[in-house]
Amino acid sequence: MPDGARWAALRAAPGPILADGAMGTMLFEAGLTSGDSPERWNVERPDVIRGVHQAYRAAGSRILLTNTFGGNRFRLALHGLDTRVAELNEAAARLAAEAAHAPGGDAVVAGDIGPSGGILAPLGDLERDDAVEGFAEQAAALHAGGVDVFWIETMSALEEVEAVLEGVRQAAPRVPVVVTMSFDTHGHTMMGVSPEQAAKELTALGAAAVGGNCGLGPAELLPAMVAMRASAPDAVLVAKPNAGLPVLEDGRAVYRGSPAEMADSARRLVAAGVRIVGGCCGSAPAHLRAMAEALGVAP
Amino acid sequence: MSEDLGHLPLEELLEQIQDNLYGGHPEPVVAGVHELLRRGLTPYEALTQGLIAGMDVVGEDFRTGKLFVPQVLMAAKAMKGGMEVLRPLLAETGAPRIGTLVIGTVKGDIHDIGKNLVGMMMEGAGFQVVNLGINTDVEKFLHAVREHAADILGMSALLTTTMPYMRVVIQALKEAGLREKLIVLVGGAPLNADFAKSIGADAYCRDAAKAVETAKRLMAEKMGAALA
Repeated sequence: MPDGARWAALRAAPGPILADGAMGTMLFEAGLTSGDSPERWNVERPDVIRGVHQAYRAAGSRILLTNTFGGNRFRLALHGLDTRVAELNEAAARLAAEAAHAPGGDAVVAGDIGPSGGILAPLGDLERDDAVEGFAEQAAALHAGGVDVFWIETMSALEEVEAVLEGVRQAAPRVPVVVTMSFDTHGHTMMGVSPEQAAKELTALGAAAVGGNCGLGPAELLPAMVAMRASAPDAVLVAKPNAGLPVLEDGRAVYRGSPAEMADSARRLVAAGVRIVGGCCGSAPAHLRAMAEALGVAP
Repeated sequence: MSEDLGHLPLEELLEQIQDNLYGGHPEPVVAGVHELLRRGLTPYEALTQGLIAGMDVVGEDFRTGKLFVPQVLMAAKAMKGGMEVLRPLLAETGAPRIGTLVIGTVKGDIHDIGKNLVGMMMEGAGFQVVNLGINTDVEKFLHAVREHAADILGMSALLTTTMPYMRVVIQALKEAGLREKLIVLVGGAPLNADFAKSIGADAYCRDAAKAVETAKRLMAEKMGAALA
């Protein structure tokens, strides 16, 4: 299928679109230990990754994000895995594709690209050219594994988004790109980007859809989405909130947002003009199933 | 430039230095610091009345959401310029010590930015900062606390799975007899004050500005207790 065709078909159908929920939360439950690279499981525990994708697809998710949030060379280097970018990302894309593109799968594979963890020069130490090259490497591997769309998420700095976009376009110029930022600091991103500014600038950069993810819970994401809607009336909006705010139980932070609460939030987000809804940290297939029912897109 | 500065009343000179810090302009900050010294201010006075006073405003505006990380990083770079002039002179003149902070992200956790920001703001407040980086284990924390005779230990964790390691470090500090004299501050998105209390830390700091405020307060208490 030509690049972007599945994404175009998904977009063309009417009504809200359900994305998936958390990957990391599911992997920790499956025994991933803290400090381990989740991406390593794309080759060492493919059964688990495949299972998570299948569970989200069965819950009604039509967009499955690859297990590659930390799959760029900058993050993988912290685990000594930076020579395995191609292998880990391509494997991740194939695993998601097995669930999404199977007969009756009818979902798209979104190649997840998270932040480098650094700050671009001159403010920080990461040279722009190095960033572009690193993200191009990840994007090429995701593309080789068969992603339908790139999904750049949890971003804080527009400069870094631009570097990712440049890398992605070098690697796969015809694959559409979705970009979401994390509005967790006084209604802005950590680097001070407002939702209005994000919606305008990301749209101008050619993003196929824009929005917010992670950061805080759905109640906090809603006003950001309203602001994005107002400043970019034609943009396709995406919201992937955490399952509420974390609370501490026995010294461990847990997300206690219930499926019913997430379902309620999904309705509100769609009413505010959001087209694509999913979950981030703390959300599981049960949340997504409740959201699918609330939005009338249950499988 | 220093000729122009020479005509400014002290009050305006200090204000100008603070404005240039706020705007993140290192060269004029350095020039301003030189001018303060030329006028006979002690290095300690130049530090506290010029640089630290300026960074206080940056910290306050960061806390309230008027400034964000990029502006704080710029201000910290400008501060660094001024500090390079003052640091050797402060040592020579035996200026009062503000304190030494050892800081790191705990073992298993590779998040860097928030912790670095705390380090920079603490430097901005005049503290000497030893940044141990990410994925720091007990031995490394203990070694650095000893080697640098730290007044304050700062630990950061951004993961729910790594935050319990802070308790391990504090326990080891106790066993090594290092805990009592040390101020232990903890921070990171999933933490809160109850957690800090439950692991035996002195305080939880929700952001870099709060860390500086808390560090100053607890240092003052510590110095007061030492004098008493």
